[in-house]
Amino acid sequence: MDFQLTEEHRMVQSMVREFASKEILPVAAELDHTETFPQEIIKKAAALGLMGMVVPERYGGAGMDAIAYVVAHEELARASAGVQTIITVSNSLVADPILRYGTQAQRQRYLPGLCDGTRLGCYCLTEPSAGSDAMSLSTTARRDGDEWVLRGTKAFVSSGVEADTCIVYARTGQEGARGISAFIVEKSFPGIAVGKIEKKLGIKCSSTSEIVLDDCRVPADNVLGDLGAGGKIALSTLDGGRLGIAAQAIGIARAALEDSIAYASERQQFGRPIAEFQAIQWMLADMATRIEASRLLAYRAAYLRQQGQRYTKEASMAKLFASETAMWASHKAVQIHGGYGYIQDYAVERYFRDAKITEIYEGTSEIQRLVIARNVMERVQ
Amino acid sequence: MNIVVCVKQVPDTEAPIRIKPDGSGIDEMGLNLVMNYYDEHATEAGLRLKEQFGGTVTLIAAGPERTKEALRTGLAMGADEAMLITGPGLEQSDHLGMARVLAAAIKALPHDLVICGKLSTDDNASIVGPALAELLGLPQATAIAHLEVDASATTALVHREVEGGVEILEVPLPALLTVERSLNEPRYPSLPGIMKAKRKEIKTSTSTDQKVAASSRLTKLVPPPKRQAGRVIEADADKAVAEIVAFLKNDAKVL
Repeated sequence: MDFQLTEEHRMVQSMVREFASKEILPVAAELDHTETFPQEIIKKAAALGLMGMVVPERYGGAGMDAIAYVVAHEELARASAGVQTIITVSNSLVADPILRYGTQAQRQRYLPGLCDGTRLGCYCLTEPSAGSDAMSLSTTARRDGDEWVLRGTKAFVSSGVEADTCIVYARTGQEGARGISAFIVEKSFPGIAVGKIEKKLGIKCSSTSEIVLDDCRVPADNVLGDLGAGGKIALSTLDGGRLGIAAQAIGIARAALEDSIAYASERQQFGRPIAEFQAIQWMLADMATRIEASRLLAYRAAYLRQQGQRYTKEASMAKLFASETAMWASHKAVQIHGGYGYIQDYAVERYFRDAKITEIYEGTSEIQRLVIARNVMERVQ
Repeated sequence: MNIVVCVKQVPDTEAPIRIKPDGSGIDEMGLNLVMNYYDEHATEAGLRLKEQFGGTVTLIAAGPERTKEALRTGLAMGADEAMLITGPGLEQSDHLGMARVLAAAIKALPHDLVICGKLSTDDNASIVGPALAELLGLPQATAIAHLEVDASATTALVHREVEGGVEILEVPLPALLTVERSLNEPRYPSLPGIMKAKRKEIKTSTSTDQKVAASSRLTKLVPPPKRQAGRVIEADADKAVAEIVAFLKNDAKVL
């Protein structure tokens, strides 16, 4: 057993940390307040290989492993959870399934652009009435000659406004998971449009919108994987996605801890820095401990993935524990900052708002517990 | 254009430094070691010239095995090759000794330009670059903040920021330059660059040069004295002035 990051992982960590602290952190608050999509940052991230981290080099990616991915995404989210959302969605929910389930032609058509930033991906699974119960989705796809015709409305699509390469799940057959197929839909195809743009609590520089499919015509070549395999693709893709969200949550929690240590060391009350009070120290200690535990869960899930082993349970555990840690740690960070934590002059209010989404998207905490429970009960039986 | 860039691995400037109890050096336990920041600028300068003129950028370092990590950072930025010189005497070597080791290795390499950082952030000596130029018999310009090489790659025009102005020098190539941080903005090592660097072999050679045996020797490293708290004189103005004058005369001895 070896608990060290490799030299390569440390190089990734140091590069992304420097990139994030120089290019993202200085504008993170402004991007949040103005709800601006960080076009320039995404361009720079693509130039550094961050938009295709685990895609092999022959498709224009960086060819890195899943631990490197978790390491990099903690650093990105430490600076801005909103920016990191845009990057993780395109990487893990779009490039990754195209790599794993796509035909050679699909890989060659979409992966180089996703990696070099000329394309941006979004993931269209959720519908207004199909959230946690995703497999009940009602968007339909009907075959018409060489095309499929998609009809329905997708909800809460991250990067829905800016993305041009969408993975859309639609029903091609029976009820339930086995009747669902996945499609690669370009925004330039006729019949796809951005619907309502949501106003959110946090991760405000990442857009969230409806995607409306009004008899959207998709070439038959753009079916991703086998017909009827969409349910399986959706769920296995989310295993990988959850590593990205775990890393995001760890980044937010670390930001909350680092800002709290800095503030508590400066802030004087009763004639001394509040960091000297045990009440504060215990909060800092618990934050640090939970962050470390989250990180180990995420690294281990990533390790299993890169070993080619099943990691569904571990990815859910990492996502569950890390997201609850982010919420808890940012809550404590606001408390440590007192009144100053409640105003926008300090960043902890942003961490607090951003943290909440990690308990919701890519499977709520309740769904993670369901996945974990199913897996542990299976073993006992 | 064949460019050689000298690289040193140093403690991260943000890392707290602990000195070994016996004063023989810095305690490296848990210390984050990185490429000297000035050397990142030197590497960037080399890479830009390569992009302009073609050729190769070769990184060279002398030090223990771990120095390879600093070299790999430079390879990930885009340098073509890297070599590390190790040797039993290197740990005790002084700056001149280090320059001799590097000079011996660089002599064997084609070099139109040798670029070093202005100084290394660990001991701030600024000796190795100039000493290396002397040993290689190359013209030199130090602490340059601007660099242009003419189209035929025969002359470098450099700016040095000096007291009250800018000194503009013309240096015939081959030459040795040491660079200031304001010269450029080093690129980030990209992820594909990191992957390529991982696959590149770092050539290692052992220096047996006995001249490495230094002409000066580190006897002891001590931490700087702890800063004392300021003194507040609480008295009315006349008395306070007298006390301050007495302090400046008797304690600070500046009057």
